[in-house]
Amino acid sequence: MPRRRARVPAAVLLIAPSLVVMTALFAWPLLVGVSQAFSGPDGPTTSYVERMLDDPYFWPAVRNTALLVVVLVPLQFAFALTMALLLRERPRFAGVHFFIWVIPLAISDLAAGLVWLSVFADRGYLNSTLDRLGLDGYAWLSYENTTSMFLTVVVAELWRSTSLVLVIVVAGLQGIPKDYDEAAEVFGASYWQRLRHVVLPQLRPSLQVALILRTILALETFAVAQALTGRNLPLLVGETYEWYNVLQNPNVASAIALVVLAVSMLAAIGYLRLLRDRTVAR
Amino acid sequence: MTNRIKLHSGISRRGLLGLGLGVAAAPALTACGGVSTSGADGGEGAVNFLSTQFTQVEERQRFEKILGARVSSPKVAFNPVDAPTFATTVKSQLDAGKVQLSLLGGLHGDLAPHAERLTDLGDVLGSLGDRGFSSDLTDLAKLSGDTTRYVPWMQATYVLAVNKKALEWLPSGADVQKLTYDQLLSWMTSARQANGNKPVFGFPAGPKGLYHRFFQGFLLPSFTGGQITTFRGRDAAVAWDYMKQLWAQTVPASTNYDSMQEPLQRGEVLVAWDHVARLRDAPGDKPDDWLMVPAPRGPRGLGYMLVVAGLAIPEGAPEADKAKEVIKALTTGEVQADVLRENAFFPVTGAEIPADLPGAVKLEAGAVKAQQEADGAIVSLPPVGVGARDGEVGQIFKNVFKEVCLDGKPVQGVLDAQATQLNAILDELKVPCWRPDPGDNPCRVV
Repeated sequence: MPRRRARVPAAVLLIAPSLVVMTALFAWPLLVGVSQAFSGPDGPTTSYVERMLDDPYFWPAVRNTALLVVVLVPLQFAFALTMALLLRERPRFAGVHFFIWVIPLAISDLAAGLVWLSVFADRGYLNSTLDRLGLDGYAWLSYENTTSMFLTVVVAELWRSTSLVLVIVVAGLQGIPKDYDEAAEVFGASYWQRLRHVVLPQLRPSLQVALILRTILALETFAVAQALTGRNLPLLVGETYEWYNVLQNPNVASAIALVVLAVSMLAAIGYLRLLRDRTVAR
Repeated sequence: MTNRIKLHSGISRRGLLGLGLGVAAAPALTACGGVSTSGADGGEGAVNFLSTQFTQVEERQRFEKILGARVSSPKVAFNPVDAPTFATTVKSQLDAGKVQLSLLGGLHGDLAPHAERLTDLGDVLGSLGDRGFSSDLTDLAKLSGDTTRYVPWMQATYVLAVNKKALEWLPSGADVQKLTYDQLLSWMTSARQANGNKPVFGFPAGPKGLYHRFFQGFLLPSFTGGQITTFRGRDAAVAWDYMKQLWAQTVPASTNYDSMQEPLQRGEVLVAWDHVARLRDAPGDKPDDWLMVPAPRGPRGLGYMLVVAGLAIPEGAPEADKAKEVIKALTTGEVQADVLRENAFFPVTGAEIPADLPGAVKLEAGAVKAQQEADGAIVSLPPVGVGARDGEVGQIFKNVFKEVCLDGKPVQGVLDAQATQLNAILDELKVPCWRPDPGDNPCRVV
């Protein structure tokens, strides 16, 4: 009997290109980033991390970023799910609705930020409209009004990136067989019961992807906030940019970037565990 | 039965995927537009001139016009970029040994970190003896060494712009041309009260504003006589207490102002401190409604900051000889006067200040002269020798402002914390102090 030649398993061959790409484009920069954050001219040091922690902008940035994720992500999911379920009812011109809702996805972050800046600026569209209605304008983006600054960023981000969740949820909905839903309807389940027990559980994988994506992207909110509020409402990625580009200190910038990375990874792991499909494990 | 939701216009999953890919690609593609940093293409034999000055479009156009009219041969490709881009471009080209730049123009602080990469311009400066450079400036051009690393190009400073409407609230006995900081505060306080509780004083505290220069070169030297060494002393605490009170009388939108000429023009602000080049357009076509006055005086004297720009040639520049011709041309009296007229940067040479200046520049010229010649003037420089750390050093002063004036934290605690940060930066740099601090080596907060 001829001996089988030892072969590289197909799985290894298939995974090899992505391994190479991941190493070159992710693992290597990650290593460089870590070493940049922890090594100074005289060898290993934690001084850059200390600089980061002592910076008067760092903790406000952490707080604002966390608050943004907590407020933004649930709102976006509520909107996106509602919109997707509306589309599922096949209204007239559903395609047009869908198309219009997805337009913000095609606009770059910075452009979206500038558009919203023209709305909320002291002499922007909103204040002009208020003025025309005989009401006093409000300094939405003044450093004194942290709440309104925060809200403008939430509104702009909501407008800009809810459609990403929508696209994922609509795709997920299309993958769900109608049979279950119709069977439930035959047995007299109400709309809410069907939604809760039939549609949403099957949508879980899509929701998981969307949640991870959106949380990480919300942690990375940058251009929109930068255009609207500059450094008046510090956010983590904005601080990275500030340290790297304006203050020309890549070491501290790396340290902040590592914080973003760590939080993103924790969030992703958390969602994967939280939304685990327990029926499979049983 | 299909398991696909049929939307009215029939978006299939494939269509959706295509759409998704398309929209994902759009922002990536729009981000691809790049900026040439190796010099605007001047073609073969042109002098590639990289500058941190005149980056604003109008300033750039006006300067290019001067270059075109006064420096026709050799051909100059003028390419203004922001300071970080300048620093990385110069560093990378010289360290890689592929120099495309022939002429560098930047502020003293932009050129200082590259001292070792700049050719000795002693011969050029020597041949320009008739220009009448002051020895202060030529000493500065040696960048703390023995060789001349750049030729002074132009200078500027900061002054107060005053709309004459605000004069009615000037406290009795105060001379607007010779204000003290206390008079400024009481003036702005009564102006606010008389103006329906709306402040009239403005301050360029926006993201790109130069307000840290106010603390470094004006407020602190006037109150403490120093910039760095006296950073957390008792006098500095007094200065910041003063700043807190002045901020309370300042237009709150100041944290969005990068340059004061627009808010002054719009009438949102009646009195403002800023760089002369950033006040130039404020009076517009009504210079008679405006005054430009020297900065106020504090207990230690009239602190003001001198901004010096220089012209340098990098080692291995492809067109070094032609670049020297350009330097000679840019330091002639005519060009110095043109630059003042058009872009409000003042001559570094003994050039006569022309009589036909535009209204605003004429006002500024008077204020600059009065400021320079004031008795008890304390000249200070932007940080020297800190190189790429200039932003971080400036940020320390901005941090104090944020914590003291915006967040209302106790002054001394903030000063102590920020002094630690400042010393951490300075300990790494190990540079001597710059004016007005005594030239101690290394420079540290006491």
